[in-house]
Amino acid sequence: MTVEKITGDNENLDNFPVGLRVLAVDDDPTCLMLLDTLLKKCQYHVTSTSHARVALKMLRENKDRLDLVISDVHMPDMDGFKLLELVGLEMDLPVIMLSANSDPKLVMKGVTHGACDYLVKPVRIEELRNIWQHVIRRKKFDSKNQNKSADQLNSNRTSGEGQGNQMTSNADQNGKFNRKRKDEEDENEDNGNESEDPATQKKPRVVWSIELHRKFVAAVNQLGIEKAVPKRILDLMNVEGLTRENVASHLQKYRLYLKRISSVATQQANMVAAFGVKDSPFMRIGPFEGLGDFRSLAGPGRLANAALSPYTTGGMLGRLNSPANVNLQNLTPSALIQPQNLSDSINPLGKMHPVPPSANQNPSLFQGSPSSLELDQLQQNKCATGIVNFNAVDNSRMQTARTISSSDSMVTGAPGNNPMMLRGNYQQSLSGGGFPNQPSHNTVSFNPDSFNLLNGGIIQSSQMQQPNSLLSTEPLHSQRATNSTQENNFSNGFYLQNNPIFISSTSMALPLDDSRDMQCQEGLVGDIQNITQTPSQSWGEQGQSYGQNSELTFSSLNAHAPSSQSLDQGSGILNEKMGNFVNGRLGGGASTLMQQNENEATESRARSNENFLLEQPKVTGGFVPRTYDSLDDMMNAMIKREQDETIPNCDFGFDDYSFGPSI
Amino acid sequence: MDRQLANMKQSLFNKGYLDEQFVQLEELQDDANPNFVEEVVTLYYRDSTRLVQNIEQALEKTPLDFARLDSYMHQFKSKSTSIGAKRVKIECTKFREHCKGANGEGCKKTFQQLKKEYATLKKKLEFYFQFARQVGPVNKASRPN
Repeated sequence: MTVEKITGDNENLDNFPVGLRVLAVDDDPTCLMLLDTLLKKCQYHVTSTSHARVALKMLRENKDRLDLVISDVHMPDMDGFKLLELVGLEMDLPVIMLSANSDPKLVMKGVTHGACDYLVKPVRIEELRNIWQHVIRRKKFDSKNQNKSADQLNSNRTSGEGQGNQMTSNADQNGKFNRKRKDEEDENEDNGNESEDPATQKKPRVVWSIELHRKFVAAVNQLGIEKAVPKRILDLMNVEGLTRENVASHLQKYRLYLKRISSVATQQANMVAAFGVKDSPFMRIGPFEGLGDFRSLAGPGRLANAALSPYTTGGMLGRLNSPANVNLQNLTPSALIQPQNLSDSINPLGKMHPVPPSANQNPSLFQGSPSSLELDQLQQNKCATGIVNFNAVDNSRMQTARTISSSDSMVTGAPGNNPMMLRGNYQQSLSGGGFPNQPSHNTVSFNPDSFNLLNGGIIQSSQMQQPNSLLSTEPLHSQRATNSTQENNFSNGFYLQNNPIFISSTSMALPLDDSRDMQCQEGLVGDIQNITQTPSQSWGEQGQSYGQNSELTFSSLNAHAPSSQSLDQGSGILNEKMGNFVNGRLGGGASTLMQQNENEATESRARSNENFLLEQPKVTGGFVPRTYDSLDDMMNAMIKREQDETIPNCDFGFDDYSFGPSI
Repeated sequence: MDRQLANMKQSLFNKGYLDEQFVQLEELQDDANPNFVEEVVTLYYRDSTRLVQNIEQALEKTPLDFARLDSYMHQFKSKSTSIGAKRVKIECTKFREHCKGANGEGCKKTFQQLKKEYATLKKKLEFYFQFARQVGPVNKASRPN
């Protein structure tokens, strides 16, 4: 493997594409040597490696010094498609897939995963001479995105801005190119880079931290996926230094991701059906149980939820299913009941769950359900998070629940299973202890808990009563939003949804007390970013070390994390737990989520981010197990970190959710 | 001498041992990379030795793991394609067909043939490179007629 020094300098700036900085990844030494030589013959600046993980590391460390990635599909340490997704999400670099296999299905897979091209071996040099177009196209695309968004906005937009964008985009592709090459070190990759007048300043690439992404998702959910335009999202997010262009390109990616998720989700529907196969701890997801109850609460309570629920459920289910979706089984029947809108999720859920879903269960249902199962599992965490007992809470309460930090008031006397459990679940998930121990759990159960918590705005209260309650919070929210009592939202997807809802509802309150949490929550992107970007952060490093699985889990965690966090205002524990949870969970859950079909785009967004990452694991099958392992590690690490006040979550966020690169 | 070399090469193409990809390799060879073709071919043979062993071991197992065999063969084919080893590539394809059909006997037989082609090509190329080194430093790529 030849690793050449990745330098930002390029003497041949004037001769674009000469000097194009390419990263070549192929596990086959013969092919790699050939590719390397071919690329050099095109006068590109080539870095090659035979390990995908090394490639990712390189990308993370030198994001601004690389323009394009070419990767083989068939690799032993990581599936090429997964790498593709990660790169797309995290770094937003164009990725070209390479394979000896010209099967259209694979090519399609490349397309859905975001590859900008798919080359069949043996690659000819003529084909490689044209790859620079993908770099330019991406840049232009982002610029155009800005313009388009500008058009969409109405009066809000200032024409100047639009023009600025135009100017930026048109004006100097090379200039940007060059600038990018030279300025990487200067760019501050943390949240929301400084926003400058696009026409006159170089725009550093925005790092979509978990927190940022969470805000983004919350804003999108709040607006509704169709109505979410960059300007409004930007306003809602209220992040200093973030430009509309950043948001626009991020939105673009998010939309693509959602689309992909939904197409993948349909495929996963079958899997969902087979959901209840494993009795993995995941299944226990407490939150689901809560769903049922929530539904009964239903009502207008959570607006945000409405939007979110549809998506998440679908997506979540999918995801959950994939990893052996045990989750469904444990879902309370009520939870299982899927709202009509959640077509995908509903079916699987129904099947999965042995208990007949009773859509209109009263809150009490919530308590009685399966939670015990899940709780047992989740119990490990012993989170003290307050469990909001949704059941008892009426809509109004629910809403206020959000703002209520102590869930005590919310908690009803559910027998053991407080609706609050949501929280509990959440906590469980969060608490690293619980999850790490059960790799499978992590993946599956993660989100629901967190979601629930979020939706219900239940913030952890002093004690977590039963893990089961966790479920309730989530589903309720979603339920309400959708006006349906279906649980389906709840199932996995639910969690996701809740999160987004949560985020949106609590977007104001987004910033978690724990900065850590926020990070995790930000979701895929954010975390990843943080991790990679801020080596100083403890978790960041951790994340990387996790490598394989962390990536997978990362995405999921991120997505979920945010939601839970926001809800939980007070409990630091919860937050921490979230982190743990997220980390551990995401990996697993994410994958399932990914698979799930999300009906709702908005919700799926949040999930999708996760899904992005998660999906990979699922897709690649083999990775899933790995994720768990790493999750455990991560969780453990996270737990440790929690103590140090850093949220490891970020680590896993492999999902390189690429942020709209600010070009 | 050059002509002899050219004839040698032509013969390899004519007999189907090598294909267009080999020409591509030669085109990549230049002053900066004077022995590129030989280096790649050497790497190919070194690299695929283990693969051949793995396949042999896998073929001795019962029952045969066709998925794994197919995966191995995919790698083999990928490598062979990269250097233009045409006949070897053909055998790889045949092998994969047998895998799809779960034809264990077919796999084994094809693999024997594959190994033969693989070894034959190796000898021929070794000879070719030896000769080329004697002839001159850089061999210009010339397309087979």
